[in-house]
Amino acid sequence: MTFDMLLQHMLNGVSLGSLYALIAIGYTMVYGILRLINFAHGEIFMMSTYFAFFGIATFKMPWYVVFVLAILLTGALGMTAERVAYRPLRDAPKISILISAIGVSYFIQNLSIVLFSGRPKAFPQIELFTGMLKMGNIYVQRLTFIIPVVTAVLLAALIYLISHTKNGIAMRAVAKDHETAKLMGIDVNKTIALTFGIGSMLAAVGGIMWGLKFPQIAPAMGIMPGLKCFIAAVLGGIGSISGAVIGGFVLGLGEIMLVASLPDLTGYRDAFAFVLLILILLFKPTGIMGEKISEKV
Amino acid sequence: MKNKKNLYTLISIVLVFLFLVYANKNFDSYQIRIMNLCAIYVILGLSMNLINGFTGLFSLGHAGFMAIGAYTTAILTMPLAVKESNFFLAPMAAPLNSIVWPFVPALLLGGLLSAAAAFVIGAPALRLKGDYLAIATLGFGEIIRILITNAQRVTNGALGLKGIPDTTNIWWTFGIAALTIVFMTLLINSSYGRAFKAIREDEIAAENMGISLFKHKMLAFIIGAFFAGIGGGLLGSLLGTVDPKPFNFMMTFNILFIIVLGGMGSITGTVISAFIVTISMEALRVLDSSINLGFMVIPGITGMRMVIYSLLLIVVIIYFRRGLMGTSEFSWDKAFEFFKRLPLSKGGAKNAVTKNK
Repeated sequence: MTFDMLLQHMLNGVSLGSLYALIAIGYTMVYGILRLINFAHGEIFMMSTYFAFFGIATFKMPWYVVFVLAILLTGALGMTAERVAYRPLRDAPKISILISAIGVSYFIQNLSIVLFSGRPKAFPQIELFTGMLKMGNIYVQRLTFIIPVVTAVLLAALIYLISHTKNGIAMRAVAKDHETAKLMGIDVNKTIALTFGIGSMLAAVGGIMWGLKFPQIAPAMGIMPGLKCFIAAVLGGIGSISGAVIGGFVLGLGEIMLVASLPDLTGYRDAFAFVLLILILLFKPTGIMGEKISEKV
Repeated sequence: MKNKKNLYTLISIVLVFLFLVYANKNFDSYQIRIMNLCAIYVILGLSMNLINGFTGLFSLGHAGFMAIGAYTTAILTMPLAVKESNFFLAPMAAPLNSIVWPFVPALLLGGLLSAAAAFVIGAPALRLKGDYLAIATLGFGEIIRILITNAQRVTNGALGLKGIPDTTNIWWTFGIAALTIVFMTLLINSSYGRAFKAIREDEIAAENMGISLFKHKMLAFIIGAFFAGIGGGLLGSLLGTVDPKPFNFMMTFNILFIIVLGGMGSITGTVISAFIVTISMEALRVLDSSINLGFMVIPGITGMRMVIYSLLLIVVIIYFRRGLMGTSEFSWDKAFEFFKRLPLSKGGAKNAVTKNK
């Protein structure tokens, strides 16, 4: 492998990793606060690409307006899912909420097949993002640099929000203990809804970037990224935001490097994430950044 | 009273048998196919309920076990000529291209291989709990599917296998379903079954009572996988073709819906709901095709069936979390109580007392 190729793969890996990180943050936030794998997160990510697609292709709005609208709509969708399907089950056994989440995931996926048809659509290309840059001997999409920068900025904003604002403190309090948080005068339901909203909006940013990078969108596109980003969240230590980012990068880089160095294994690309998941669950179930949680009797 | 109840049971078994004889003769091939599917989903539902409902291990790898069973049965029973025509890209791997097994040993081997896979998967995965276990088993299911897709010379990869002998008929499916029901009932009422339920209720308490968690979890997982493999084998032989695509998470989701609707931890509930879900899934096909009302035509929307279906799962889990039967089983006493409303008859009064407790 020449240096140029290595550089190319590294850049691809970093931008894929940044996308995984953006989506993984949503998983980790929801898991941190509700101890729930939000199976519908991948479908929420998928819907954001459709919102952006229809805004640009059907309503012919400028892209910056569309992106903001798509992000807001996706946030609203995440909060609606929480309100309708998870809140009534807050005191139910964990398995019930998990089943409900699986139901929501399939509902959104099938509804989008009905509404948008199962055939893939071509995501509009925006020159500002998809244009090519020449770097030495290799050509790189501008997006390859834009994605990590956007991820870094959003991550900084999120960390500020969580550690310095009232809402962020409320989120951390609810994640520690619902009952005590309630006693301290925190509106638990509102805080959980906010968490879903923020997680979904980050997934929407990831979704739009994903659509620009891999310009083909379909109702089933959310399944694999959804599963992989959950794996990224577990890898980094579920509940920890910096962990989710690290997990996303490990997964994205690892996947690209595996396929680049061993092309025979291309067919097993999707299996890589699952093998990684099982290894981490066996040897360090709390993930790279996770805290040890002791079991209460 | 006991003799009377046994008599009722015997009569209903005979009635089911007579119905099957009637159905086999008079139903058209589409209806018989649905009947077969019902029985296969009974097997699959029971196998998943043993793991998820009775032992409380939330496992989502069922489709992978089914795939192993389906492929084993298909590969072993296919005639040599069909094998040759299927593998036109690359010839089939050496010993497999020259052997043809009868149906029953192939089906059994499918179940055993699937159980062996469960043994390999379970040893590491069953150390996990709750949703970690769910996602790990889901991952294993996907890995099995990816392996099958890539093992071109054994499974014909993404092209799948066509022309599997259609040995499955109503007697095979209902016979094996009946055997599964009997086996599961005996298992659940044995000391193993009580250990499974104890683990479901409280792992730590169960461990303190001297129940080996790992051994019993493995046992439930392996037995469940065995029957999933058998069910998968029957399904492949019923449909006549297998390919890796249908064995995705959707398949697991269907079976999950059956056990949630029937009640997690109820054998009779699973049986009833397997029939309800399979038949209503076919009935809901109406939604996908256009309906002609004479004066106007409502256009059918492809995929609407699945929307309704997933919506139903959410509604069931939010409003009827116990499902049809919860963790209880059908009994003649309850049936009489339900139909006759005789609170003072022996069975009725006894039930009333237990309910008041």
